[in-house]
Amino acid sequence: MIRAKIYHGLFYFYVALVFVFVFLPILTSFVFSFNSERFPTIPLGHFTLHWYTLAFTDADVWDAFKVSLIVSLSVAFIATFLGFCTAYTDYRYNFFGKSAYLALSLLPPTIPLVIMGLAMLALLARIGMSGKIISIIVSHVVLCSPFAMAIVRMRLAQIDPNLESAAWNLGASQWRTMREVIVPFCAPALISAFCLTAAVSFDEFAVAWFVSGLNKTVPVIILEILQGNTDPRINAIGSVVFVTSITLIILAQIIYMRKSTRKTLTGF
Amino acid sequence: MPIVVWQLVFFVFPLLFLLLMSFWLVKNYRMVPGFDSVNWIKMYGKGYFWDGYWRTLGYAGITTVITSVLAFPCAFALAFKVSPTVRRWAMFFLIVPFFTSYLVRIFSWQIFLNDNGIINVLLSSIGLGPFSMLNTFFGTVVGYLTLCLPLAVVLQLISLSNVDQRLIEAAHNLGCGSFRTVFAVIIPLAKIGIIVAAVFCFILSFGDFVSPYYLGGSKPPTLSILIIDTTKSGQQWPRAAVVAITMIVTLFAIMFTAIALAYRRRS
Repeated sequence: MIRAKIYHGLFYFYVALVFVFVFLPILTSFVFSFNSERFPTIPLGHFTLHWYTLAFTDADVWDAFKVSLIVSLSVAFIATFLGFCTAYTDYRYNFFGKSAYLALSLLPPTIPLVIMGLAMLALLARIGMSGKIISIIVSHVVLCSPFAMAIVRMRLAQIDPNLESAAWNLGASQWRTMREVIVPFCAPALISAFCLTAAVSFDEFAVAWFVSGLNKTVPVIILEILQGNTDPRINAIGSVVFVTSITLIILAQIIYMRKSTRKTLTGF
Repeated sequence: MPIVVWQLVFFVFPLLFLLLMSFWLVKNYRMVPGFDSVNWIKMYGKGYFWDGYWRTLGYAGITTVITSVLAFPCAFALAFKVSPTVRRWAMFFLIVPFFTSYLVRIFSWQIFLNDNGIINVLLSSIGLGPFSMLNTFFGTVVGYLTLCLPLAVVLQLISLSNVDQRLIEAAHNLGCGSFRTVFAVIIPLAKIGIIVAAVFCFILSFGDFVSPYYLGGSKPPTLSILIIDTTKSGQQWPRAAVVAITMIVTLFAIMFTAIALAYRRRS
């Protein structure tokens, strides 16, 4: 009995250790964003908002936030739409070459980001599209739509397959069925796909670094600060980004859970 | 099928273009379309390219093993030793890191691993150190783990949660010890998930440039650092393309081998 308890304790201890490793850097960044010392180490200096003021009085940082916001919202919109179409096609139809179709839609995350960055830059530069906001959007949609597809596909797996046929039998056109049955059923998945792809795009730095040119996003600014000397502004910007992303994620999670439970209860 | 068009135009096409570009020439700092294998010959003839190649493979391989081994006890405990509520929360908290800036986390590790960083200050207060950890292989591995560990735990946890509990009980009833149950019953049953997790660790650490650069000190370079250096300094894009294509081919070969291994039926 005692041995079993010790084992149990050891397991808990190990899990705790893993979580400490995972969250230590995130929390540290928070703490040091308020620390007065120029060189971040212990013992801590006093509390200050200096790094926040320094970071957010910089016009470049504001511009980067603007670019990031435009990019991530557009990416989320397009990627969610594409992801939904792919997921629905996979759910509804069987056709020749379907596995190639799925591979094409799910493969992008397996290509290293540096290579995607180089490939996108090479192509976009050739057709005169590099260094624009649209070039970041296009590349990010490639990276993000597989995630959207996966989320929507999971939701579609829960749908009652007879529902659609029932709607058709009752005289609804294919479009109307899509609009009034499928899309409302998928709504929670669509919203969380939107939030997740927005968050992924908001954090992506490698491809953005290659293709963005002068339209830097927030992570590209962070990367450039990182290349210079130790600079606690990273912690300030990083904390703001973190709070933004986490808010999006939690929102997505809450909406998904609330909507999907309610919908199933009311018979959907 | 809008996604097919989109992915063809902006995913397959760029990669094919990369392949094409690897045969182009650079004259007077400008790329000239052509069909010449000179970039391949030049790049494959360079000692530093092959050093980088094997180093990157080695780093990714070691990281994959370390991550899988470190993740397993955690995933195991979360799958079998805790209540479903705890498991759900753990899952949620393991997904959170994906949406925090990897760069910021790496910067935090610099604060820890620096010669005057938190760890060394703590160690010196008990009379140890200083140890140099930044710009070493150890630093690189810490970075890779930051990237891979949460994902590995999540993927392993998903496959362990799908293991049929009755089979584990059956093993116990038949007198199989705890350790033997893990290795003879649970791991074979969760094989696919464990391998998929390992493949993702490999993909991520093989392609990542941030950890070897900002925690490992960038010298000697890995292949992704080589790509960046070749692209950003000067116009040697065709040679960077050679490195990139080599990386993709290597990755796909390893991915397919691993997946085939995962789905192989036991004879």
